Amino acid sequence: MARTGWVWVVVPLTVLVVIFYYPLFFILRQSFTGEGGHVGLAPYAEMLSSSLFRGALLRTIQIASLSTLGCLVLGFVLALIVSFVPFPGARVVSGFIGTFLAFPSFLIALAFTFLYGSAGVFNFIAMDLSGATQPPIDFVYTKWGVILAEITFYTPFVMRPLLAAFSQLDTALIEVASSLGARPLRIIREVILPEAVPALLAGGSLCLLLTLNEFGIVLFIGAKGVITLPMVIYGKAIQEFDYTAGCVVAVVNIALSVGLYALYRFLISRTGGGRAVAVQG
Amino acid sequence: MLLPSRVSRVGAWALFFVLFVPVFGLPIVVVGAASIAGQWNDVLPSHLTLRHLHDAFVSNAGVELVTSLATGVIASVVALVIGTWAALAVRALRRRGAKVIGTLFVLPIAVPSVSVGLGLLVAFSRPPFLLNGTATIVLIAHVVLVTAFAFSSVSAGLARLPAHYEQVAASLGGRPAYVLFRVTLPLLTPSLVAAAGLCFALSMGELGATIMVYPPGWVTLPVGIFALTDRGAVFDGAALTVLLLVLTLVVLVAVSRIRTRASYR
Repeated sequence: MARTGWVWVVVPLTVLVVIFYYPLFFILRQSFTGEGGHVGLAPYAEMLSSSLFRGALLRTIQIASLSTLGCLVLGFVLALIVSFVPFPGARVVSGFIGTFLAFPSFLIALAFTFLYGSAGVFNFIAMDLSGATQPPIDFVYTKWGVILAEITFYTPFVMRPLLAAFSQLDTALIEVASSLGARPLRIIREVILPEAVPALLAGGSLCLLLTLNEFGIVLFIGAKGVITLPMVIYGKAIQEFDYTAGCVVAVVNIALSVGLYALYRFLISRTGGGRAVAVQG
Repeated sequence: MLLPSRVSRVGAWALFFVLFVPVFGLPIVVVGAASIAGQWNDVLPSHLTLRHLHDAFVSNAGVELVTSLATGVIASVVALVIGTWAALAVRALRRRGAKVIGTLFVLPIAVPSVSVGLGLLVAFSRPPFLLNGTATIVLIAHVVLVTAFAFSSVSAGLARLPAHYEQVAASLGGRPAYVLFRVTLPLLTPSLVAAAGLCFALSMGELGATIMVYPPGWVTLPVGIFALTDRGAVFDGAALTVLLLVLTLVVLVAVSRIRTRASYR
């Protein structure tokens, strides 16, 4: 069985190599090919020392970690209520979360411009209330707008594994703790949180991976000062036709991302934590 | 019960709705409202109209819609064939081989979509593959991005499959091809349908890789929506976004219907 098995792998593997690994190899090759076709580390030296790259790297990590933190907190609170303080519409909420995962991320960015943009609903309300002539709310065009949009879009990715983990938790534990006089916060800290750790780790690392690579939200919000690694790749390759510079940034971005993915797989296999379905970037 | 007193339960529900409705509900409502807003110069939109949808269609939206649908369907079908084939083949390997090849097939999940697009752009602009500027390069980008999901989804379905059906079929003299097409694949239908729905939804909303590789003649809906909002036609963009969401939802609902029916068989 195992001997003949390899024959059947050849066809899909060949397709995969041609459409994925071959292009990946060319990103690497192009990143070392400087002006005039010289092969060497010059493109890296130039890009890695540029303030554009350093700023983008820092901003990307900052946005991704703050967004992930926000998703973990919001996702934990929401999943906690859905699971342990159930109400009639809880199933609808779970279904809604499942569908949310299938939507494109730029939907949230678009909604944010209508809600908090300079001609958005909340600015009308604020101007009506205060009598100001200039729109007072402008966080949408800063990194905070991107972070809030990413928290909105990626929280369901954390909630899913959490809801799965909570549904496995033996409610008798909570009943016992409660009847022995433990207060809700103590039950959450000492009974529920330890059970949720694998799901939080799995959901959190997935969230970090996806926010690190998020493109649609950043592109649609279009804030001038908010440049992330995927935006640099797009700008260099498409707007400046500088493939080499784009490829250098892509190598860094892919390395970061694959490293995080390895961590995610490791956490899942170690803890058997919540199965989360990764969706788009 | 976590919260024994009724007051604290009601408090928790209130907290839930205060968080959930504005965070997840409001964005969808506001994009929906914008898509039919004739004017929006105050807190609420006024002069509700279908003009934005109409305007979008008068320009390019019709073509973009067909382009997105074609891309989604073709990419999903190709990804499903490759993904299912790979999942079946990997299952037949020994443990270590299965692990290595399986990792190769899921790794595209970890690569940012913009980089996938850049790789295709660089690699397929030179012989032997000259695909830059064709619709094919967009299709390939979508196939790369969704095949990993098809593979993991079908692999998970295979792992849950009770092994004895196939063993019984084989022991009764069923040839491998017969067992595959008459036993394994029919049992796998719910997973296949779910994978197809997921692939289609992802492809419909894909932006990062598409925007790197698309030629002028093959503009998908998300790229078209970005072009509209970028030049300030945000209401037309909202109208097309709503159209995109409705289409995605229709397919997802249809898929879950088929899936329920298949699992009852």
